[in-house]
Amino acid sequence: MISTLQPPRSLSHFRSNPTLLLRYTSLKPLSSLSSQPVTHSTITDQSQSPNPPSHSQILSTRHSLLSRHLTATQLAESFLTRLRLTEPHLRSFLHVSDSVLAQARELDEKIQRNEELGPLAGVLVAIKDNICTAEMPSTAGSRVLEGYTPPYDATAVRKIKELGGIVVGKTNLDEFGMGSTTEASAYQVTANPWDISRVPGGSSGGSAAAVSARQCMVSLGSDTGGSVRQPASFCGVVGLKPTYGRVSRFGLMAYASSLDVIGCFGTSVADAGILLHAISGHDRLDATSSKREVPDFSAQFVSMNLLESKPLKGLRIGLIRETLDDGVDTGVTSAVRTAALHLEELGCCVTEVSLPSFSLGLPAYYILASSESSSNLSRYDGVRYGNRVAADELNSQYMDSRAKGFGSEVKRRILTGTYALSAGYYDAYYKRAQQVRTVIQKSFKTALDEHDILISPAAPSAAYKIVEKKNDPLAMYAGDIMTVNVNLAGLPAMVLPCGFVEGGPAGLPVGLQMIGAAFDEGKLLKVAHIFEQTLQNCRFVPPLIADEVA
Amino acid sequence: MASTIFRSLHSHPFLFHPTALIRRKYVILYCTMRSAQTQTATQEKVKPQVKVSPHSTQSKALEKASKDYEAVIGIETHVQLNTLTKAFCSCPYNYGSPPNTSVCPICMGLPGALPVLNLKVIESAVKVGLALNCKLSLNSKFDRKQYFYPDLPKGYQISQFDVPIATSGYIDLDLPLEFGGGHRKFGITRVHMEEDAGKLLHSEGGSYSQETAEVDLNRAGVPLLEIVSEPDMRNGIEAAEYAAELQRLVRYLGVSNGNMQEGSLRCDVNISVRPIGQLQFGTKVEIKNLNSFSSVSRAIDYEISRQVLLHSQGQDKEIVQETRLWEEGAQKTVTMRKKEGLADYRYFPEPDLPGVFLTTDYVDGIRNSLPELPETKRRRYEKMGLSMQDVLFLANDMNVAEFFDTTITKGADVKLATNWIMGDIAAYMKNEKLTINEIKLTPQELAELIASIKDGTISGKIGKEILFELLAKGGTVKGLIEAKDLVQIVDPAEIEKWVEKVLSENPKQLEQYRGGKTKLQGYFAGQVMKLSKGKANPGLLNKILLEKLNAKS
Repeated sequence: MISTLQPPRSLSHFRSNPTLLLRYTSLKPLSSLSSQPVTHSTITDQSQSPNPPSHSQILSTRHSLLSRHLTATQLAESFLTRLRLTEPHLRSFLHVSDSVLAQARELDEKIQRNEELGPLAGVLVAIKDNICTAEMPSTAGSRVLEGYTPPYDATAVRKIKELGGIVVGKTNLDEFGMGSTTEASAYQVTANPWDISRVPGGSSGGSAAAVSARQCMVSLGSDTGGSVRQPASFCGVVGLKPTYGRVSRFGLMAYASSLDVIGCFGTSVADAGILLHAISGHDRLDATSSKREVPDFSAQFVSMNLLESKPLKGLRIGLIRETLDDGVDTGVTSAVRTAALHLEELGCCVTEVSLPSFSLGLPAYYILASSESSSNLSRYDGVRYGNRVAADELNSQYMDSRAKGFGSEVKRRILTGTYALSAGYYDAYYKRAQQVRTVIQKSFKTALDEHDILISPAAPSAAYKIVEKKNDPLAMYAGDIMTVNVNLAGLPAMVLPCGFVEGGPAGLPVGLQMIGAAFDEGKLLKVAHIFEQTLQNCRFVPPLIADEVA
Repeated sequence: MASTIFRSLHSHPFLFHPTALIRRKYVILYCTMRSAQTQTATQEKVKPQVKVSPHSTQSKALEKASKDYEAVIGIETHVQLNTLTKAFCSCPYNYGSPPNTSVCPICMGLPGALPVLNLKVIESAVKVGLALNCKLSLNSKFDRKQYFYPDLPKGYQISQFDVPIATSGYIDLDLPLEFGGGHRKFGITRVHMEEDAGKLLHSEGGSYSQETAEVDLNRAGVPLLEIVSEPDMRNGIEAAEYAAELQRLVRYLGVSNGNMQEGSLRCDVNISVRPIGQLQFGTKVEIKNLNSFSSVSRAIDYEISRQVLLHSQGQDKEIVQETRLWEEGAQKTVTMRKKEGLADYRYFPEPDLPGVFLTTDYVDGIRNSLPELPETKRRRYEKMGLSMQDVLFLANDMNVAEFFDTTITKGADVKLATNWIMGDIAAYMKNEKLTINEIKLTPQELAELIASIKDGTISGKIGKEILFELLAKGGTVKGLIEAKDLVQIVDPAEIEKWVEKVLSENPKQLEQYRGGKTKLQGYFAGQVMKLSKGKANPGLLNKILLEKLNAKS
């Protein structure tokens, strides 16, 4: 897209570059896209600018295909090559599809025949392995589902396929989404592309790493307590957790049903928004999915040349005071404060806001999520599918199958949840946690009545070393403080890279979390997009592939 | 159950293969056996009791003791709803289908699958709640009841816990006369919605030398209503009649076929015994495996005897809280499992389903569409002047009641219609093993038949002949009378001719008659009727005959 041609800009340059524009048009009508000027040939070619803002890989793919600059096969090959090169270092995939090239060739034939293309035609999508795919194994990173291939596609996956997306493979995760480092996968540990001695975050660490290392263009993750946003922060990509109910959970292997949402990863705000649009909407197979209409999120992506000097003038931003307390790395705090200044420069009115119930979120979350998971994981009993340890007696079969099938973190949460729901403890734990949840929902409501958007760090630190917190679950749980409240309140939130802290060969990215009102993803995307396009001196391409994606 | 050697279903543990779920051979064998012994759609009548007591030598002591004790009985009834699809997915349910042919990712509890409530379930629950005079919860919800068992695919049952859809109702019924009759009102504690589990199929041998168990998930996810009674019943008959009235109710409402043998109506009975005058309940025992009303009644009476005996012998400590099974063969209850403390089901609100909200408009709409219920019908029939025996017979089966009601609507005399239905029509149905919907006679024609007899068009005798023709082949009363030329002859001149003919042909008998053997009148009447091919009006015939017989004496 044209955006890659843009020279370094500062805010004062908004009006001085009238010819350089970044235009995002809606996914439909398709014809409007092909009318845009062609300015670059490969989507990874960013060499013309030392500091280009992130651009949409989805839109440039579409453009390349329609303009016949590139074939879908060429695109797929270039990604598969990079995937093969980086995968030994990263181990972000549990399964790589063997039909990517065949699908790409099929798409090329369609293009040859001038057939209409879906809005995600040729887009290479990776899917977190706790999301069901009919033709690929779906294990949720657990031994208990080793080799299990579901008989159906999750609704989100089905939608992506129907719109032309090509599923590249299934990404690694903490078993059933329970973890913050992806080390709790039963199969492998995924590395952070910014520093392969560090964790990518979790639980959607595979999906975040894969997008960060350009092993795919976009990916799906799931977010129960921060599992999209925290790895997005650790891996320097955009992570979008939609409002609870915005995206169907049908086909997402349940961890905590009242908190789980499927979320999106991309290298740009636009890609996350386009992908969200593709998978959103009511699903008759999910009774908790919302019937609200899905707005055209891409309408929020304002062309740079149309931006005024204060494009976000009047926008009220609340910086959550409790998220900058002790226990948060100073590098993270300062990156977020810098981001707040940047938002002020864009015209926002940034004030600190206090959410007194914030610190209650963590215990409430771990009680509710564990309680629900203890129930949701009951079905993995070795009777109908998955691993079964044969035994002479029914209870032994249950116990052995589950003892061998589940990892220690999963067992810890099942035990915690079972305890919290037990007779005599229910009121003290589960019920109390539900009451806390209501308090948190109310305090967010109040804060969001007074502010358009709330901001905070996405995690108290940047990516830490592999094994560092593996044997200290409480320290790992504490790292979820920034994100769990949002799940308890069911709100939409985005994390986008806003700066760096020292660490690794090229610094470690830090994410800024933006929290919006329920079903107001549009506003989040608008603000995030302007923020992203105006961010200076930041380029979020990890060193692992920096040479290639130069 | 725990002792069952459990080697469940699949031969490919690492892959999901629907076809590998079952070893069909054994399973189909099982189902064939099952379906052969079931499938009676008619309502079973509670059979008169044979008093069962453990030892005949003790029976006298028992009889004496039983006067000092009182049984307290409550019943939990599971009613399987006859919705087109299961409670939370779009699978149909047909009793007796080959195992695992009516399953999908949702009712199999596959990873990622979610339940979506079938709104017909709520409609049925509201109907039953209203019919049982319950308070409806406009805001209720579903909860998860958690336990492990191979027939429970998700490891939890979706049910309702602390906020059931209906509470605090009652049911009216009339005990049959053969059991002493009388009206009863039993309290209903609650009605809630839940899903059924699958079935375990046990088979010997197979590829393993030990017993194996297999799971059929066809029934998993089928909607149930659990109806819990107050502990208001005092003996087997009351309990059986309570269950029978529930069956009647759900059939009238059209929400279930109510067949006990198919498991569409399942009763678990809780029973305890206490000395008369004691307020506190005795130790409660649950009885399962009751698949007919008579087994409900007999099992309870057996259990009362057992418990009374233990009480009277000072061994009431032997009565422990447990689940007992009714053994039909031995006609007794045996221990199934002792309760080891209370089971902790770890109920919590089902997060996959939104709350159930009813509007008053919705409830009123259903209330206004309810059919006339058994109790209302019985009271109406009573007011029509029918005896309780007639009332119970007619109202017992909804279709019989409807047949009767339509016959009356067509103008038939109430008592005559009742007699025809309870007499010849019921006998015919019994002999031919047909339901009233399967006979060819329509209420319209029954009314016509009754009218034709009443107005003298045909005789009662001919009416009966026509009835059997109508029952077997159908057609109309008018058509049959015409076709067979059966119209009663009421022309005195014609009858007189026949009488004269008979008298002239039987001079000997006439002489005897006139000699005082008046009994021969019947002989002459028969001859005249024969001559008329049965069409002569009997009253007229006799009148003319008598005149002629006595004329020349």
